[in-house]
Amino acid sequence: MTTMMNEAETGSPGAVMPGASSVAAPKSSRARQFWKTLLSRKTVMVSLAVLIIAMLTALLAPLIAPYEPNAPDLRNALKPPSSDHWLGTDALGRDVLSRIIYGSRVSLAVGFVSVAIAGSIGMMLGLVAGYVGGKTESVIMRCIDVMMSIPLIILALFIAALIGKGLGNVMLAIGLGMMPSYARLTRGQVKSVKQLDYVTAGVISGTGRIRNMFKHILPNCLSPIIVLMTMNLGMAILTEASLSFLGLGINPPTASWGAMISDGYNHLRTLPLLSLAPGVAIILVVLAFNVVGDALRDTLDPRLRGAL
Amino acid sequence: MVTFIIRRVLQTIVVILLVTVLVFSIMHLMPGDPVLMFLGPDASVEQIDHYKKQFGLDLPLPVQYFKWAGNLFKGEFGDSLVYRQDIGPLILAKLKVTLTIAIPAFVIAVTIGMFLGIMAAIYRGRWVDSFITVLANIGMATPTFWLSILCVYIFSLTLGWLPVQGFTFPSEDFALAVRRMVLPVSMLALGPMAVFARQTRSAMLEIIRQDFIRTGRSKGLGERRVIYVHALRNALIPVVTVMGMQLGYMLGGSVLIEQVFVIPGMGSMLITAILNKDYQLVQSAVLVIAGGISLCNLLVDIAYGYIDPRIRIS
Repeated sequence: MTTMMNEAETGSPGAVMPGASSVAAPKSSRARQFWKTLLSRKTVMVSLAVLIIAMLTALLAPLIAPYEPNAPDLRNALKPPSSDHWLGTDALGRDVLSRIIYGSRVSLAVGFVSVAIAGSIGMMLGLVAGYVGGKTESVIMRCIDVMMSIPLIILALFIAALIGKGLGNVMLAIGLGMMPSYARLTRGQVKSVKQLDYVTAGVISGTGRIRNMFKHILPNCLSPIIVLMTMNLGMAILTEASLSFLGLGINPPTASWGAMISDGYNHLRTLPLLSLAPGVAIILVVLAFNVVGDALRDTLDPRLRGAL
Repeated sequence: MVTFIIRRVLQTIVVILLVTVLVFSIMHLMPGDPVLMFLGPDASVEQIDHYKKQFGLDLPLPVQYFKWAGNLFKGEFGDSLVYRQDIGPLILAKLKVTLTIAIPAFVIAVTIGMFLGIMAAIYRGRWVDSFITVLANIGMATPTFWLSILCVYIFSLTLGWLPVQGFTFPSEDFALAVRRMVLPVSMLALGPMAVFARQTRSAMLEIIRQDFIRTGRSKGLGERRVIYVHALRNALIPVVTVMGMQLGYMLGGSVLIEQVFVIPGMGSMLITAILNKDYQLVQSAVLVIAGGISLCNLLVDIAYGYIDPRIRIS
């Protein structure tokens, strides 16, 4: 997962050059071409189907889940799979399938929100650093270097320990932990877009700094940032699962896939499914996000089309 | 080249200094009183005061920082609240355990990952490529701790081939150490291995399409020489960059692996320290990790400058 981030970040081989998608064709035709290329691979179609199913499961959890996910039923504790409980029950008698269904809400919410936090803060910092330059850039980028010298999981552990457990805090911790990649990527993009003629023309014609940054530069830096966001969705889900596994993530009894794996580990000998089933859900969703992210990268960068 | 090295060394020093500020600030912003947590809610005011004085926690924050940073230069990390011992030797002992797992894992990840990447690039579009690519994608989407649990279930609990958990140094009992290290080392290697395979494949595909490779083939060089000498040497550049980053990922990953396999290394020490709000220990451990990673990145950058002259000129 780190490479996916790195590839998009460093500009090689997956990053999109500014303006790479700007071909002289009508907008609707370009959009059609984009979707046609994106959906031309079967794996992308399957991944999108997995993601749609996961999102529907999260949205419709109360309607789909056969049992209340957090209601203990000690008389039915640690039951193997049966027609009543398809994936069995955990140590507190809670239905594992229902908890996996509800767990999708946590995972997807963490994925989307933390990536949005990382993207928005990182983009702003990168935009300012790249556009203003000089000492401002040095200060921002040194702080980014500092954050990048600490592994994501350790940084997230740190922040989670600082602000406490819970859904919102985990999103914030992961978002802040992933933010440096966006700042670095945006800065690089801004610095190259800034040199283009139309930006210079804007400056000469008296366009204000803020307007230039947000109206002329930022929109032309977005492609690789969107690709990185898609790729980071899976990473955010994995990091949340890791934090919950370590006991520093979502507060119990809320169902979280990572915490379910951790809880089930104590009963691995008797009921391995308790730990193994939530892991399969994580792999499916993360894999689907990664495949879509890869395809998006290839589609937005015509140089790599067909190479990967 | 000398200017390039001096500039990168200075940047690394600044980054490490800023890491000390960041780590110190974060730890002291944490809610909860570490002394109260350590002594328990029934502790008397005298006891609390005594401990605060002993560990310097009664001083103003900037004073605490400069005192701590000054001591670091002298190689004194202070005492751990939880382990009740000098932090320097403690971290050294834990680091030894973590590196005993991480170094073989890194070597395995680099060699097998690069080999798979080369194979995928050579046989691009064939079943070998598809198989390796799918495997790499699954490898990157799989939570390491989950796969570790699955392997414990299969190889330890069901087949009984390997111990469930624990750690032994190879110098103490080599056979037992190897049996205990098989699962943690391979689990820690898996994620980075997938990353190296993907990165090598991408880099090789990029290089294979370039003119000098065509020239090599057209002047009659053997395919083996073209791939392993000319293409691989150039494809190594992006792979070397990833190596520095993956080292950090491995240290992060070791936190999870050490929890699953109950290995008394840096990772499990860090979790214990965070949960018990052992400020001094967390600060020092993260500083050692960040410093190590910054140092590795520095070495990678210098190596990079040697491999690719364009970098040191820019």
